[in-house]
Amino acid sequence: MRAAVVLFPGSNSDVEMIRTLREVMGIPTDVVWHRDTALPPDTELVALPGGFSFGDYLRCGAIARTSPIIGAIRRHADRGGYVLGVCNGFQILTEVGLLPGALLRNEHLRFECRDIFLRTDAEGPFTERRGAVLRLPIAHAEGRYHTDPATLRRLEAEGRIAFRYAHADGLVNASANPNGSLDSIAGIYGGPARNILGLMPHPERMSERLHGGVDGKALFDTLLKTVAGSSNPSTEERRAQVAS
Amino acid sequence: MSFAQAFPGDPSVDATLAAAHKLTRDEYARVVSVLGRVPTYAELGVVSVMWSEHCSYKSSRVHLGRLPTTGPRVIQGPGENAGVVDIGDGFAAVFKMESHNHPSFIEPFQGAATGVGGILRDVFTMGARPIANLDSLRFGRPEHPRTAALLRGVVAGVGGYGNCVGVPTVGGELFFDRAYDGNILVNAFTCGVVRTDRIFYGRASGVGNPIMYVGAKTGRDGIHGATMASDEFTAAGPSQRPTVQVGDPFTEKLLIEACLEIFAEDLLIGIQDMGAAGLTSSSVEMAARAGSGLELDLDAVPRRARGLQPYEMLLSESQERMLLVCKPGKEPRVREICEKWELDVAVIGRVTDTGRWVVLATPDYDPLAAAPVARAPIVVCDLPVGFLADDAPKYDRPQGDDPSLPARHAFDPAQIPEPASFSDELLRMVGSPNLGSRRWVYRQYDSIVRGGTLARPGGDAAIVRVPCTTEAGTIDKWLAFTSDCNGRLCELDPYQGGAMAVAEVCRNLVCVGAEPVGLSDCLNFGSPERPHVMRQLARAIDGIAAACRALAVPIVSGNVSLYNETDGRAILPTPTIAGVGQLADVRHATTAGFPDAGLVVVLLGTREAVAGPLGGSEYVAAHTGEVKGLPPTLDLEHEVLLQRLLLDCIRSEPRLVLSAHDVSDGGLAVALAECASNESVAVKDIGAELELPPSKVSLAEQLFGEAPTRVIVTVLPSDFEQLARLAEAVGLVAHRLGISGGARLVLRAGGSACIDVAVEALAAHRRACLDALVGEA
Repeated sequence: MRAAVVLFPGSNSDVEMIRTLREVMGIPTDVVWHRDTALPPDTELVALPGGFSFGDYLRCGAIARTSPIIGAIRRHADRGGYVLGVCNGFQILTEVGLLPGALLRNEHLRFECRDIFLRTDAEGPFTERRGAVLRLPIAHAEGRYHTDPATLRRLEAEGRIAFRYAHADGLVNASANPNGSLDSIAGIYGGPARNILGLMPHPERMSERLHGGVDGKALFDTLLKTVAGSSNPSTEERRAQVAS
Repeated sequence: MSFAQAFPGDPSVDATLAAAHKLTRDEYARVVSVLGRVPTYAELGVVSVMWSEHCSYKSSRVHLGRLPTTGPRVIQGPGENAGVVDIGDGFAAVFKMESHNHPSFIEPFQGAATGVGGILRDVFTMGARPIANLDSLRFGRPEHPRTAALLRGVVAGVGGYGNCVGVPTVGGELFFDRAYDGNILVNAFTCGVVRTDRIFYGRASGVGNPIMYVGAKTGRDGIHGATMASDEFTAAGPSQRPTVQVGDPFTEKLLIEACLEIFAEDLLIGIQDMGAAGLTSSSVEMAARAGSGLELDLDAVPRRARGLQPYEMLLSESQERMLLVCKPGKEPRVREICEKWELDVAVIGRVTDTGRWVVLATPDYDPLAAAPVARAPIVVCDLPVGFLADDAPKYDRPQGDDPSLPARHAFDPAQIPEPASFSDELLRMVGSPNLGSRRWVYRQYDSIVRGGTLARPGGDAAIVRVPCTTEAGTIDKWLAFTSDCNGRLCELDPYQGGAMAVAEVCRNLVCVGAEPVGLSDCLNFGSPERPHVMRQLARAIDGIAAACRALAVPIVSGNVSLYNETDGRAILPTPTIAGVGQLADVRHATTAGFPDAGLVVVLLGTREAVAGPLGGSEYVAAHTGEVKGLPPTLDLEHEVLLQRLLLDCIRSEPRLVLSAHDVSDGGLAVALAECASNESVAVKDIGAELELPPSKVSLAEQLFGEAPTRVIVTVLPSDFEQLARLAEAVGLVAHRLGISGGARLVLRAGGSACIDVAVEALAAHRRACLDALVGEA
């Protein structure tokens, strides 16, 4: 397993993403600048960290979409390569079109940073068991997921709604929803093999004991298991797998 | 005798224009006599900002010298952009607290945001990576018509800036009192960490070295901000909006990353942020520290406004700009790094050895014009560096007692009728804006960005992990941060109030398991031209100094903000103290809440101070609307012993003290309520069954008096005797209050319960404390 963390001007959660990948998970991790045009060879996971790329001045992620590295990320994703977008990274993935929908201003209009609970609603490379409840921090002003009714139905039908905001016991309702997200959506899967995960909460900020919990580490643990379980298929194998 | 030319279109300079620039008649006469001529318009503007209270500290300098600023860990004390304290293994903490009061009152969002931006630059300019922010806020009474909007704007501004640049805001304060109705306080603190062999200073030395401008372009914003910050407000209203700067945290983030890259390659002689009084103050200070001279060419300054005059360029407070002095030959590499980060960069001058500050500009030259005129610069300023900096006026202003104090001291809190139910009284207290949970505020701050926050906001102090990396590897350091000041106690006794602010900051740091290593002070007062305000300032400094000496902790940086008054009404004297502590071992990290059921709850303190006098307390203010009564006093000797004992008991193996919480605003009952209702969704609330120590004073005083030198701790039942012995051995007392556990907080006095409330109710009231002001969190 090899990871690449993509930095845009204004990325600011790169430190904890790189630390979680390298030091907590032991995954060799490269740092890629947004003006680069290729990912390092053998990159299996591309992580887009949180922050305020280009100041989020036009619209979150709207300027990052035009960065030279995006083409390489798109090709990696289309091949079935793993992509994780957290917070601003999620916003960028929706702007790029690798994930459907958009992240709007929180309903209460404030930036909010606190721990919330998530219910796992889809299995995939980063999530093992539906129904599992995680405690992760959010830290965003624009995290209200939105999409059109047809897309929402498709996401639901295809089991691509990875996480919903919930209470500690897993109950999903409006009072557990911190930002007014459509259908309490906190994160979604995309890509040909659910190989793309975008979520607003920060798993990389709940990966060490000092963070007050390690629920976020579970996502990376599961990914490592997934990769090991797939016995490191070559790109060719994965292409065949995806095509079937 | 120097020579400088008027610029086309400059108004003619005379005593009247000087007075409009807030220069006194004597000050203006001194300018004319030293220069041997009438200053140019640009020079007048420059002198007026450099001699403003904000830049020159002219009323406070004679007193600031009494603060203890040295110590074995101090690498740099006051006088530089920030203070520097050794944290071991070749690393240092760089920190400072600064006010942005006046701009925040005029335009709360931008005022607060640029306050954060400015203090960040003061810290990273020294080579340090910023790792934590604090924000200490004071507003008028909650029911004042402007308070809600000011609160919303300031908190959104602090968050908007800090969140974007990616520096966690880990704590601070929020306090309401009618004395701040017309003058809110926004004190911003930043701490960074630097390798001790890579500390940079704001010095311009080496004749011929290029002076480079890096960062945002210059506009017309914030002109005369420093002068405005040295003036009072009038009820006629905030009409000074153009003097407030506009922040761009994205550019700041790029500036931080670019500067840190530049520092890592050793390309610079010196560097300084263009803060108050912009290009003028930064360049003058750099030359003054180095004893050199400077020549600046304004034609080269990057700009975003058309037709900027020298006066405007010199006084603009456009944000996110830095002034660098390069090592010879390193200019191309600096340029390259700035261009990578898409920042404007320009050489705008050279270091000289003349001791003079010389500014050139071409009349009518505007690089933004379609066809700029040919450059033919003339000298628009030629001033001696020392005259602007160290030789600025210094006043020992007259002092006098506050004539209202004797009557206020005479108030006897026993006149306040005893509440019908102390349970209800406690719920009201913990649900009041001054005492309840601060989560509506700190949830708007990213307190965990960078992934190093061990103790988040809401406790006695925050704790942040700082990975310190050298060629030899990485060592994790653990730093703690807090800030404090009780303006009411300062009003009733500035000396005691100043000393108590220092003691409380250090006590808070010790409560989380840290040893205090250094402090920064932000002295907010009214007009120094009024004798009783001057006395408040002088006495508060004496109190701070005494506590610093006793606790062996230095003041390494700070800021003075005067003229915080409107229509002759001054704020409560508010010498805010911010403190940095260091944990010797992460296992010492300690929280405030009861960590488990079945533990012995202990009040650790002195025998006399079991109950504090109610003077100046939140209880008195809530019932009378006034700041009055005899305030508590601080026994520094016992304070030192208490802090030493507590830290020893946290550090002992096995650890003796399992949780610790300082008793302060709201007194013992409020502190116990805080122990029983923590702020995290990850931790369960635990109640306690407790008995107050025997006392002869009123129940209100026992429950809500605010005497210092008290801490609530928990220990295993089997460890209580040992703690009691250790306390007694140093002349302190460990009062056994009872046992933690259950879902209720029960407090008995003389056998009968005076307080019996569900912890859930305490938590709910604490959470709702700002609802009436800003809506539900």
